[in-house]
Amino acid sequence: MDPIIDSFRKAFSLIFNLNAELLGIIFLSIKVSGFALLMAAVLGIPAGAFIGLKRFPLRSVAISLLNTFMGLPPVVVGLFVYLLLSRSGPLGFMGLLYTPSAMVIAQTILALPIVASLSNSAIVSVDPIVKQASVTLGATPYQVTMTIIKEARYGIMSGVIAALGRVMAEVGAILIVGGNIAGYTRVMTTTIALETDKGNFELAFALGLVLLFISLVINLLLHLIQKKGIVQTSRWG
Amino acid sequence: MGLKLSVLNLWKTYNGNTAVKNCSYSFEPGKIYALMGPNGCGKSTFLRLCALLEEPDAGEINYFSNNGALKKDVGLSRKITLVLPKVGVFNATVFKNAAYGLKIRGMRKNDIEEKVEKILEFVGLTDKKRHNALTLSSGETQRLGIARALVIEPDIIFLDEPTASIDEQNTQIVEDIILKIRKQAGATIILTTHDTFQAKRLADNILLMRNGSFLT
Repeated sequence: MDPIIDSFRKAFSLIFNLNAELLGIIFLSIKVSGFALLMAAVLGIPAGAFIGLKRFPLRSVAISLLNTFMGLPPVVVGLFVYLLLSRSGPLGFMGLLYTPSAMVIAQTILALPIVASLSNSAIVSVDPIVKQASVTLGATPYQVTMTIIKEARYGIMSGVIAALGRVMAEVGAILIVGGNIAGYTRVMTTTIALETDKGNFELAFALGLVLLFISLVINLLLHLIQKKGIVQTSRWG
Repeated sequence: MGLKLSVLNLWKTYNGNTAVKNCSYSFEPGKIYALMGPNGCGKSTFLRLCALLEEPDAGEINYFSNNGALKKDVGLSRKITLVLPKVGVFNATVFKNAAYGLKIRGMRKNDIEEKVEKILEFVGLTDKKRHNALTLSSGETQRLGIARALVIEPDIIFLDEPTASIDEQNTQIVEDIILKIRKQAGATIILTTHDTFQAKRLADNILLMRNGSFLT
């Protein structure tokens, strides 16, 4: 038990002394996952709205594909992005492999189906009467769409937060496309994997604790948003 | 003078069932009309067609101003409004619900505030303006639906069973509001109801419907 307790003690010491290496890794993790989430939201919310509001051929196929992609294995995404960005790949000329940008691309691909699919579910579950009400009040088709998206905001936010949870905890894809380069592409999860391999448990434990704390915050946020979305109502309207 | 609505030989069929059958009528501006008839006789469909929520299968719906017939565009749909039996309030405060029609018309914030305050006072919901609209009672929801429609100052208001699901006290309040709308705003009101006494209390003209047609 002693090595474990000792590692925990050293891990807490790293956290409370605001160790520079630790802070750098945490900051990069948040930056990469934050950008990926932003990209996923910018692309995924309109995509989810389009699938939810428009009727087009193969719509049910698109929904099934989105749901399937929600469970994409990160290593497969990593492999796919690696092949795209490697020197001989179609996007090799951009020189993005083993950079934070490559990690953002991989995490965006992982987060996008979650944001799009949960946005779609939130939008289709908006009461159709809301659409009719906005039309009767003189809304243009664009305004009607925006009204429906606004009504689905809590569900959409839940999707974004769920996607954040997935990308923050992900290791396979960013390890492949980022290369785990110290001070450049090394993030929390890849550091934990590496330091555990090396037997350097205190940094791994410290990052594990931070990751757990972030996960707790994400889940609390999710809970708060879902709670706010459920208005205690007699639903007359 | 407000808008004049004229319908001619209107037909609407759903899955082989004719909901509205050869209806023709001219509605004069500033009057209250009550459409009466049994469930399923086509009253609500008729209102939805007139409010341009649905296209008729045959026949004409024409709106006229002093300058002649109006095109069926967003400009016209912003002069008329329909309050649905299930109001369809948004998951937002009472104030934001009432302000919706003005906001989508691009009105300035100060003007919106002034108009919404006035309309909420008119329907007796001032003290609830910061409440979420989904927490209102059925009577209050109905009043909010009317407020939301009234604030945009339409020429014609369609009310689909405005008192169907509310208690006596709220029915009285809604009836008073309807009479005040005509008196103060001069709008044409076309409502559906099952209550003969209510129709007599409110309407200048009562139209009876049976099996999709007007009884003459």
